Amino acid sequence: MGTSFGRGGATSFQQDWQNSDCILIEGSNLAECHPVGFQWIMEAKARGATLIHVDPRYTRTSALADIHVPLRVGSDIAFLGGIINYVVEHEAYFEDYVRLFTNGPSLVSEDFKDTEDLGGIFSGLDEEQRSYDPLTWQYEGEEVGAASGQREQLYEERNEEEGGEKSSGHRPSVASSGRGESHGSGGAAAHPNAVRDETMQHPRCVFQIVKRHFARYTPEMVEQVCGVPRDLFVKVCQTLVDNSGRERTSAIAYAVGWTQHSVGVQYIRTAAILQLLLGNIGRPGGGIMAMRGHASIQGSTDIPTLYNLLPGYIPMPHAHQDDDLEAFLKGVSTDKGYWSDMKGYLVSLLKAWWGPAATEENDFCFDYLPKLTGSHSTYETVMAQLDGKCKGYFVVGENPAVGSANAKMQRLGMANLDWLVVRDFGLIESATWWKDGPEIESGELRTQDIATEVFFFPAAAHTEKNGSFTNTQRMLQWHHAAVEPAGDARSELWFYYHLGRVIREKLSGSTDEMDAPLLDLQWDYPTEGTVAEPSADAVLAEINGWDADGRPLASYEQLNADGSTVCGCWIYCGVFTDGTNQAARRKPAREQSSVAPEWGWAWPANRRIIYNRASADENGKPWSQRKAYVWWDEEQSKWVGHDVPDFDPSKSPWHRPPAGSRGAEALSGEDAFVMQADGKAWLYAPAGLTDGPLPTHYEPQDSPFENLLYDQQRNPVRQVFARRHNRYHPNPGTRGSEAFPYPITTYRLTEHHTAGGMSRWQPYLSELQPEMFCEVSPELAEERELVHRGWATIITARGVIEARVMVTERMAPLLVQGRLVHQIGLPYHWGTNGYSKGDSANELTAISLDPNSHIQEVKALSGDIRPGRRPRGSAANDLVEDYIRRAGITSDTGMEVRGDH
Amino acid sequence: MTTNPFAQLLEDADPATAAGWTDHPPRVGFFTDTSVCIGCKACEVACKEWNHVPEDGLRFTGMSYDNTIGLGADTWRHVAFIEQEKRIGRQVTGAATSDGDRGDDDDGHAVRWLMSSDVCKHCTHAACLDVCPTGALFRTEFGTVVVQEDICNGCGYCIPACPYGVIDQRRGDGRAWKCTLCYDRLGVGAEPACAKACPTNSIQFGVLDELRERADRRLAQLHDAGIGDARLYGRDPEDGVGGDGAFFLLLDEPEVYGLPPDPVVTTRDLPQMWRRTASAAVLLAGLVGASFLRRTR
Repeated sequence: MGTSFGRGGATSFQQDWQNSDCILIEGSNLAECHPVGFQWIMEAKARGATLIHVDPRYTRTSALADIHVPLRVGSDIAFLGGIINYVVEHEAYFEDYVRLFTNGPSLVSEDFKDTEDLGGIFSGLDEEQRSYDPLTWQYEGEEVGAASGQREQLYEERNEEEGGEKSSGHRPSVASSGRGESHGSGGAAAHPNAVRDETMQHPRCVFQIVKRHFARYTPEMVEQVCGVPRDLFVKVCQTLVDNSGRERTSAIAYAVGWTQHSVGVQYIRTAAILQLLLGNIGRPGGGIMAMRGHASIQGSTDIPTLYNLLPGYIPMPHAHQDDDLEAFLKGVSTDKGYWSDMKGYLVSLLKAWWGPAATEENDFCFDYLPKLTGSHSTYETVMAQLDGKCKGYFVVGENPAVGSANAKMQRLGMANLDWLVVRDFGLIESATWWKDGPEIESGELRTQDIATEVFFFPAAAHTEKNGSFTNTQRMLQWHHAAVEPAGDARSELWFYYHLGRVIREKLSGSTDEMDAPLLDLQWDYPTEGTVAEPSADAVLAEINGWDADGRPLASYEQLNADGSTVCGCWIYCGVFTDGTNQAARRKPAREQSSVAPEWGWAWPANRRIIYNRASADENGKPWSQRKAYVWWDEEQSKWVGHDVPDFDPSKSPWHRPPAGSRGAEALSGEDAFVMQADGKAWLYAPAGLTDGPLPTHYEPQDSPFENLLYDQQRNPVRQVFARRHNRYHPNPGTRGSEAFPYPITTYRLTEHHTAGGMSRWQPYLSELQPEMFCEVSPELAEERELVHRGWATIITARGVIEARVMVTERMAPLLVQGRLVHQIGLPYHWGTNGYSKGDSANELTAISLDPNSHIQEVKALSGDIRPGRRPRGSAANDLVEDYIRRAGITSDTGMEVRGDH
Repeated sequence: MTTNPFAQLLEDADPATAAGWTDHPPRVGFFTDTSVCIGCKACEVACKEWNHVPEDGLRFTGMSYDNTIGLGADTWRHVAFIEQEKRIGRQVTGAATSDGDRGDDDDGHAVRWLMSSDVCKHCTHAACLDVCPTGALFRTEFGTVVVQEDICNGCGYCIPACPYGVIDQRRGDGRAWKCTLCYDRLGVGAEPACAKACPTNSIQFGVLDELRERADRRLAQLHDAGIGDARLYGRDPEDGVGGDGAFFLLLDEPEVYGLPPDPVVTTRDLPQMWRRTASAAVLLAGLVGASFLRRTR
């Protein structure tokens, strides 16, 4: 969404669903995974909205839907692309909106070649490097933005693997190390003043390119690829069209059912294009909600736990390329929009970290920042562990031995470390694999041979600490400690603060240059209580920032590039306005408007629907009274409405910037997407993505079906790793592919939390879903002699698990490419420890990643199922080996770039 | 059918008034609207947390997502999951059938998933209360029925008395347990834990008369929406238990949810039985007396 709109957060808020006329939930099981938020879907339904649920399974969400569309796992781009085609073909798009607010009229470079021209790939593919050079995707214009097209050719030898096996991590390019994701707030660079054809008729304008690109996504094709009957598909299209436009709006909600694919980011891009064509962004009852899977997942990208980002989506500098502050800023700022003020944001951050040590003369300690030498995503870290390059590992609030793709490799990686720190409530599988993991049972590992020193630290619960959660709608909500943590349990804040304090004490007096970044750190938070808990309020105050006189800042527009302001995260600037914790506000709904601006605090600037300038037309008038939200008030000469305008409040709709303007000044009164380099929402992404400017349906890495839409089977630049324990399945139709005939998907249940660390130890939750099970249709049960409540064994080239059998009509067989296909559903909560135990679905999943986000493809894979319990001990591995042999799988299987089928 | 003299006795009386409470708050209860239940089971967990009800076993039942099975001493809220090859109202779902066809009609694969959170009904005429010899079960000022755990002696009379099979003896403890409608929360003006936790307002707590009105409106709305099977259960004060304090909106026959279709307070015939016993005793005594009279003569 960052690439499409300018910020990588949900565009709206859950309470706003009550204003929707139609809600499409796809790639999300909202009722089960977000039951509290689902109340607003129910509110919308009560007000007459139509609820559509598109999901391979009939879930608790489907049970409440007006329309449920079962589809084949991994086919969502074909489905959504089909809707786009329908909307364009039937001229049902919101033309004024598209012309005004999107890059539909912008012309694209003559050098660009679409999948239509090149048989399923875009121009710029470097097969050797497994990456695209996005240079040809740019707008027609003079020169391209500097952020894209950069490439790090050094350190080629860095990732060479032992045993001569191939890997897409081989010869890493820094471009692939996540610049595509660095647009959480601020789009990718592009030419700010592209040549435009306002009639949108020019063959090289974005709108025409989009039209041609999706022309082959016909209802017939959708039926063949997705297994969705034509009439049902058309009904979905028409429902969305009927509920979009001036008078009506439709919302889309998704979750990891979209992100966890080897082409996941493009799933979301497809939804973005659709919502822009229908005119549903920035308007009440519209938008795209990214439903996050944990309490503060949005927060963990805003103030990131990601290797490639600094707070507020400022990209992490790259070694050998971003030599100094100026060079770095030149590479990542834009000429137009708020991203052009990045220097102020970054310098204020450096001042927050290094305080008086950060001066103009020393580039504000820019050199102290670590620099990237390649991709260091979680899965590449596992590879580095296996290769003996990564020696230590912190596992905090995560259970990779159960919850990450290819659980075996996660454990083998940890078995190859010098030290491992695990912080959790209890002894999760990631803390005990060395004595009771599956590899100990099978004899692959022996405890006495494992050299990893494992440290376990009990963690405090959120009720035992102060702090904030940033929820799915970018809203910070403060929680107060009810009690101090018991025993040795401590908060993360306590752990890292005191860890830093002790390290700094040990280093004190050191003159080694390497220690300077640590010794110069501002590390002086006040502590409180019997356990010396650092003050979370003090941390929030620093995140918000202050001016030269120490007064709390109110807005990121106050940030200076001269070192006079301090701000730990520019997008959170304002959360401590007036020295008050705005995130702790809890004014009841009945005492304020339905937008509830005084409940918590949302970034940016407490806006609840972002890009809300788009709720008004070219003259600043609401598109309709029914959907009025923010509008231009002629008398007051400013933008007013129900929310904080996401626009310069005094900039009139007719404002045209003088030539040569820069930054926010360069935005016109129609540039509603203020973070974008051209002020427009992107139907077509001329930069910012590693796998193409337009979404294209590719089959999952492991799929029993050929790609009917193109000759290209898979995303050519997906990240794949040919490792001994990470074998892929043969291409459909080739020898051995019939060994893994069934599509499989993984998911969560309401009763458990992700990898189970917070739920499988709880008797009250465990009794509600006590055992690992698989969901299959009655037809598949008959085909494979599976008995309801009995056991089934499920096998892939990575592993084998057993599960209780749940035969249910809710798993509907689909007719795909003339073949009746049965899908298998697997919850992924279980592991060997805890009160409720079971095999983990991630024993089956492979590490194949989206090239933008490096997120694993665990929502669509293939496998085999047979009745009965799995073999024990080493016999389990023998069974997997037998399948690998029978399917003829080698290190080359599934590794193709131009993988033809 | 003869009128139930027991019901007649209390017909006009509020159960709390009938139980001797004066100046009591209005009768409260639950209206559980199963048409908006999403089966999250938050009610089950909140109930157990608040009332310290023990976990009662890890069983994979295979009864859809219901691993709790039913109400009992250790389950005071229970969410039933019912999978049916039927359509809900005008819902559209689509998939191929096993022969590759989409079926006879255009709407394809018909499936629906009913969810319903069950609870003690807090009957107007509560048999459990009638038979309790110790007074452990009592009618509260809110019109609800509560077991006092420090008085219950575990005699178990209440268990067969309940027409819904709700109240139950706890194994290893012996005493009878059931939903208290969070009596300890009502006293401080808080709503019961299950209603508080319910995210979609499927469980609505309030003054019973208001809940009944709300339920009537909701039923009419569903009928208008083409969900003709929707019905209220336990709402009618004229039914066999004098109406439930906790009543439901169901989308199918009560039996589908494991509820008795026509529950009757099991102590309904007790007064009549006692009257007959009494007249029999009087008659017997008269006969015996008469025989003595004859003798002395």
